[in-house]
Amino acid sequence: MAHDAGTDTPELTAGDGVRRRDFINIAAASAAGVGGVVTLLPLISQMAPSADVLAESSVEIDISQIKPGQAIKGVFRKQPVFIRNLTPAEVAEANKVPTGSLRDPQSLAERTKPGKENWLITMGVCTHLGCVPLGAGEGEVKGEFGGYFCPCHGSHYDTAARIRKGPAPTNLEVPEYAFNSDTVVKIG
Amino acid sequence: MIRILSLLVGLFFTAALAWSFGNGAVNFAREGKPATVESAFHEHPKALHLASDGPFGKFDKQQLQRGFQVYKEVCAACHSLRLVAFRDLKAIGYNDDEVKAIAAGFNVPGLDPNTGEANTRPGLATDYFPMPFANDIAARAANNNAVPPDLSLMTKARHNGAAYVYSLLTGYQDQPAELLKTFPDAKTPQGLHYNPYFANLNLAMAPPLTADGQVTYGDGTKATKDQMAKDVAAFLVWTAEPKLDKRNQTGWPVLGFLLFATILGYLSYRTIWAEKKKH
Amino acid sequence: MSFPWANEYKPSHPFMQWMDEKLPLPRFVYNAIGAGYPVPRNLNYWWNFGILALVCLTLQIVTGIVLAMHYAANAGVAFDSVEHIMRDVNWGWLMRYAHANGASAFFVVIYIHIFRGFFYGSYKAPREMVWLLGVVIFLLMMATAFMGYVLPWGQMSFWGAKVITGLFGAIPLVGEPIQQWLLGGFAPDNAALNRFFSLHYLLPFVIIGVVVLHIWALHIPGSSNPTGVEVKTESDTVPFHPYFIVKDGWAVGAFLFLYCAVLFFAPNMLGHPDNYIPANPMSTPAHIVPEWYFWPFYAILRAFTFDFFFIPAKLMGVLAMFGSILIWFFLPWLDKSPVRSGHYRPTFRKFFWFGLIPTMLVLFYCGGAPAEEPYVMFSQIASLYYFAHFLIILPIVSSIERPDPLPFSITEAVLGHDDKAALGTTA
Repeated sequence: MAHDAGTDTPELTAGDGVRRRDFINIAAASAAGVGGVVTLLPLISQMAPSADVLAESSVEIDISQIKPGQAIKGVFRKQPVFIRNLTPAEVAEANKVPTGSLRDPQSLAERTKPGKENWLITMGVCTHLGCVPLGAGEGEVKGEFGGYFCPCHGSHYDTAARIRKGPAPTNLEVPEYAFNSDTVVKIG
Repeated sequence: MIRILSLLVGLFFTAALAWSFGNGAVNFAREGKPATVESAFHEHPKALHLASDGPFGKFDKQQLQRGFQVYKEVCAACHSLRLVAFRDLKAIGYNDDEVKAIAAGFNVPGLDPNTGEANTRPGLATDYFPMPFANDIAARAANNNAVPPDLSLMTKARHNGAAYVYSLLTGYQDQPAELLKTFPDAKTPQGLHYNPYFANLNLAMAPPLTADGQVTYGDGTKATKDQMAKDVAAFLVWTAEPKLDKRNQTGWPVLGFLLFATILGYLSYRTIWAEKKKH
Repeated sequence: MSFPWANEYKPSHPFMQWMDEKLPLPRFVYNAIGAGYPVPRNLNYWWNFGILALVCLTLQIVTGIVLAMHYAANAGVAFDSVEHIMRDVNWGWLMRYAHANGASAFFVVIYIHIFRGFFYGSYKAPREMVWLLGVVIFLLMMATAFMGYVLPWGQMSFWGAKVITGLFGAIPLVGEPIQQWLLGGFAPDNAALNRFFSLHYLLPFVIIGVVVLHIWALHIPGSSNPTGVEVKTESDTVPFHPYFIVKDGWAVGAFLFLYCAVLFFAPNMLGHPDNYIPANPMSTPAHIVPEWYFWPFYAILRAFTFDFFFIPAKLMGVLAMFGSILIWFFLPWLDKSPVRSGHYRPTFRKFFWFGLIPTMLVLFYCGGAPAEEPYVMFSQIASLYYFAHFLIILPIVSSIERPDPLPFSITEAVLGHDDKAALGTTA
């Protein structure tokens, strides 16, 4: 813009006049550019989760009915969350494995809350490509390691929901949670 | 040719309009404009000034909380607020625990987890204000054949909404003797209540704010009828337009920037055109 | 379009040269809205409204696409989904208010654009096609705006849909089947809402297509100008860039300032409160009106209150309402005056300022007023003049009027002299 204006006005090519003119034209174009970029912000952020979706980002689940050896599927952020009451045998089996030998080294204690090591709470989302693994429901296949098995691409998880075999890169994710009481857990 | 046609079409429309106008004018001259009781006695809302008025407006959260209290203790028995969730109340100054407690104080529809039968459970922060009646038929049956309207958008769904709510709540009165003299047929029917701020003057809702001190404000404000009506009107401005604060706060920088950019643009225009204006 | 003196696109960068050979899009832009398009130097601010309309169209499409990401076109949830946008979606309130007020801004701009055309004779040869395409755009805009207003599914949405489709019911014999076909039912419901949403999303892109044709057709003869005298020499024009880019640029800034003032501080000023009440097929609002930009045509529709011979008043109203816009298509052939600009047409000018403009104002006012006296009588007189103006007065005035002397050229009109005139050069 500034250059084109300059070419038509050769008699003004000397001195401060041109610099001031260029400055105004550049400033005006820049202001328009800044305005355009700022306008993009709401257009982009409108696609982020809305207030009602965010409000449901934590959930309280009653676990009083889950007996040792049983598991339930809860819903957390529109995805399944597995809450499993491990039997002493399952705890022992999980603790038996040397963590150093694992693909994603974590002990059961690191994946549970102190004093509540029998409560294994993980997302029911395979870390490979996001399918829901089997093993939480009554009678479902638990895989070669007695935990969870993802039928999509054959990932096997053990009783601490750690990846032991198959393509998944990491253990099933442990969401942020806390025990409100002995019977109610708040996830998120 | 086209102009002859246009002339004919033009004459056709103008003649038809002249015919309508002539007939209408004759009728109007003969009968005049019929006076109705609404046109004679309906009143425009009283003036009401709220902190949220105007481009610099900002909600008075203290007042909104008082208004919410009036809604909860007086209006909620019949009027729903279905577009507002309990979590929204954080915006008028309640903290998470207070919101939880308020929500738990309302019973919302739920399902028995064992039998699947419909029941009610205490509300959660994510729940919306529950409907006071199961459906419109139940609402109609309980309210003299008039469904109490939802209040979420009330102040945007009426002209001059906040002032309308305030005027309606404080506007109940006896029918003027003059009205009955001029329109003897317009006596307020049994079960309705005369209110000059209501469109057709007679409304099914009984005066809801009946006495000073009907609610007890936590902040020590004296709960006169006038004060309660103002507070609940302010609260309903918030329920209808919860983003009002943010809108006003965003508006000023945007206008400031546009003014700045426009002035720069104008100066740029002047410099670029300067020579063209001369030769 | 090209005047012989138009700047030629000469890319200097090797990439742009390569691009110019493979896909000469930059050349196209350069010739359309760049330095390669010579524009009459005397355009006044009324000529900014074409670009402003383009800005509005862009604004509506961008905000509309955003809203469609959150809106649900189902009679059961449409109203609540709009409130979801207003309350929960990030910046949703801004998007919705921008879109609703954007429609109003678009019509303000387009009405000024149209009436600029009326006054300056922009519809005349050689620009008839520009005008015809413009009227098509206006009709498409009206259809789009009407269907958009139905989407929030409030009381005015519902009853607007019912009344406007009811217009087709006035057609003898086939009216009622047509109305049911339009609605996909006996009254507006899910079927109607869904198809209105579909078409509301489609039509703006059709409008873009016709806008491209409109601008293409404009570039053949080049822009008109306030004198109505055609461009003769290079001194009559300036390149679009930078001269009109910067003039349009600051006008867009001023426009956005006014638009944002309404958008942020009075976003519901132009809307009707009843549309914040969910649609209720069992109860009609006391005073049902369309959005303000339809008021003149709504006033014409309601002006016919008595059957005219064997033609029912309802049918007359519908004919007149559609006719009031359709006659614009014939304008280039109704006004035969060789002089374009109203500046040099003393008689035409009087009818324009003291006839057409007040008439439009009365029609705007009466269309929004209740259907009672005296508004009906006012709108009858105004409608009568409206038809008389275009169909009777314009053809007669353009035949008998003696125009004022025209300037020799645009340059002369701007500078008071033109060297070429002295030399006796002609175009």
